[in-house]
Amino acid sequence: MAEQRVKLYQAGTFVVGNRLLEPDERTVQARMDRSNSLTSGHRACQGCGEALGARYALDAAMRATDGKLIAANATGCLEVFSTPFPESSWQLPWIHSLFGNAPAVASGVAAALRAKGREDIRVIGQGGDGGTVDIGFGCLSGMFERGDDVLFVCYDNEAYMNTGVQRSGATPPAARTANTKPIDGHPGNAFGQGKDMPRIAMAHRIPYVATATVADLRDLECKVERAMELRGPRYLHLFVPCPLGWGAQACDTIKIARLVRETGLFPVFEAEDGEVTTVAKIRRQVPVEEYLRPQRRYAHLFGEHGHPEIVARLQAMADENIRRYDLLPNDGCNALATHEGVKTLHPAGDGAL
Amino acid sequence: MFRQIEGSAAVAETVARCRPEVVCAYPISPQTHIVEGLSDLVRAGRLEPCEYVTVESEFAALSVCIGASAAGARAYTATASQGLLYMAEALYNASGLGLPIVMTVANRAIGAPINIWNDHSDTMSQRDCGWIQLYAETNQEAADLHVQAFRIAERLSLPVMVCMDGFILTHAYERIDVPTKAQVDAFLPSFEPRQVLDPADPVTIGAMVGPEAFTEVRYLAHAKQLQALDLIPQVAAEFADAFGRSSGGLVRGYKAENAETVVVALGSVLGTIEDTVDELREEGVSIGALAIKSFRPFPLEEVRAALGAAKRVVVLEKALAVGIGGIVSANVRMALSGIQLHGYTAIAGLGGRPITKKSLRALFTDAVADRLPPLSFLDMDWKRVEAELQRMGEGGRSGPHAENVLREAGIVAARSH
Repeated sequence: MAEQRVKLYQAGTFVVGNRLLEPDERTVQARMDRSNSLTSGHRACQGCGEALGARYALDAAMRATDGKLIAANATGCLEVFSTPFPESSWQLPWIHSLFGNAPAVASGVAAALRAKGREDIRVIGQGGDGGTVDIGFGCLSGMFERGDDVLFVCYDNEAYMNTGVQRSGATPPAARTANTKPIDGHPGNAFGQGKDMPRIAMAHRIPYVATATVADLRDLECKVERAMELRGPRYLHLFVPCPLGWGAQACDTIKIARLVRETGLFPVFEAEDGEVTTVAKIRRQVPVEEYLRPQRRYAHLFGEHGHPEIVARLQAMADENIRRYDLLPNDGCNALATHEGVKTLHPAGDGAL
Repeated sequence: MFRQIEGSAAVAETVARCRPEVVCAYPISPQTHIVEGLSDLVRAGRLEPCEYVTVESEFAALSVCIGASAAGARAYTATASQGLLYMAEALYNASGLGLPIVMTVANRAIGAPINIWNDHSDTMSQRDCGWIQLYAETNQEAADLHVQAFRIAERLSLPVMVCMDGFILTHAYERIDVPTKAQVDAFLPSFEPRQVLDPADPVTIGAMVGPEAFTEVRYLAHAKQLQALDLIPQVAAEFADAFGRSSGGLVRGYKAENAETVVVALGSVLGTIEDTVDELREEGVSIGALAIKSFRPFPLEEVRAALGAAKRVVVLEKALAVGIGGIVSANVRMALSGIQLHGYTAIAGLGGRPITKKSLRALFTDAVADRLPPLSFLDMDWKRVEAELQRMGEGGRSGPHAENVLREAGIVAARSH
């Protein structure tokens, strides 16, 4: 029998094939008994990062809780594409109330379960960046502050996509949205605005805060698993590209999610009790331009009437994140993305598919 | 057992005896004493199991109740005024989802101008949010209505507001027979939710519904309110049997039968109205009163039966529908469709202005003589209004209304303009 050549690193992603892992280390999605919490047939766009992220996050949480999970969803794409009457894609108990109250509804579910002595059933609140950093912000902060036993997942696609791509408090500088158009010399969304929600969550000194992207799905699963090991308020901020809103190819969702981390624009880390405990190191830093170019929301920065000075400001933001979170390997070589002295989330570091 | 007790404390104790499993609290006057009382009871271990959740807004208070109720817990909160408006979006949501939450509203005015005192602007503004609205005349009734409210809510899977006049009832000390634990346990079965978030039987609650079914789903909410028209008097009758006193129901007449003039009102002002009716009756005036106890659902038939034979109806309203006048009046007129009689709307008691027997007597006397305009304002100081209207008419920067009117009344230190 001819020897088969195994390609460890494919398409430059450093992602190790799931089949090479021990069965225990394989992803939740690779298992026959995965719960398919958000099952197929929903109406998300092709390449939707949010649908992908939600399926991985919820299936991982379902596995961690032995299927004893209730989800409270904010209004938004995830809610709309998953529950068009008379269909529902949810295979777990799921409630949608309003745009701005998902964290409070989740708190209410958790309070009911506590009163009934059913704390074996766990609660997830979830929403987009608008439902999290803007209209749901008060309820989320209240849920954190009270110490309610809820994991809240923000699927951050950096604007109000469901209503037609308007700016949110999570829209990055220079991005074109329906109400931050690069008209008459305006550079898209303004610099110096927006909220660093993971940091705000950490300032509440809650047990667990983590960021992740849909490029590193095993990492996402591990973080959900870690979150479900803990009690109290936990926050997961998940970077989910939106092909429609960002003007990107549907096939580039994973690539863009990988590039945002490798540029340093989106630091991937974990924090417990308000202190950063792990960071996902960048193997080789990528210039922000590589991340920006595939997205039409940044098209005005390039070409004949481009804005190299704005690209430079974005590069400076990435560099600042790299410095602040110490994102480059300390030994100068292609080290695995694990932080000294902290738990290794996965042997592959970057996550495996 | 009768006790001299504050209205809010009586409501808190009664609610506790209804065994809510989740209580949400956000402070706003004049409901605060109720949730403070419940906090004490939870902390003292006298209400178990119960999660007492101090939230960051009224919007969150009702949202936590929504989550708790959907997870199968009996949920309660209280609010007033601006707080009720701040939860407006969640009010519609709770009723649309069919969650049997019970909430006390300590009726209070809505700003601007900011005002903490009693009127019905808050609950009247939310009359169409899909909640059942019951209005208490006395503190005894306020306490009793909560026991009935949980039963009505859970039978129909609809939320219920118990409306009690802020300060006038919430802060008044009266002799009240607070329902005992044993009485409430016998009257109020444990909560069996119609829908529940349960991993053993997963359901989707709050799905999107388009034009193909929205009308039907909304009609179901209406159908449940129509069912409440039967259930509310039934629960009131059972309550009377069990507790030996009358509370609740749809309407209550007072010397209204065969009266030529009937005064319609809601809430605590009925006491003053009835005293005035008694005085006028002694003088031979054919006058009576009708208390509307359930404003949603609105008992069209009962109101028509009670008022249809009268010559004139005076609706005394503690809210003003700016741009038209009365809110209760419009509903009463709907009940009297096709019947010819004189209808008068009198706006009274806004922002806590006392409604005195003397003023009511003058109002009713004018009504009986058909001297009233269709829309009148009890004890209005027209001089102040006219002065401000004149200032505005002069153009330019006439300044904020509230400050001008207060200055006119000599309340704000004079400033040269």
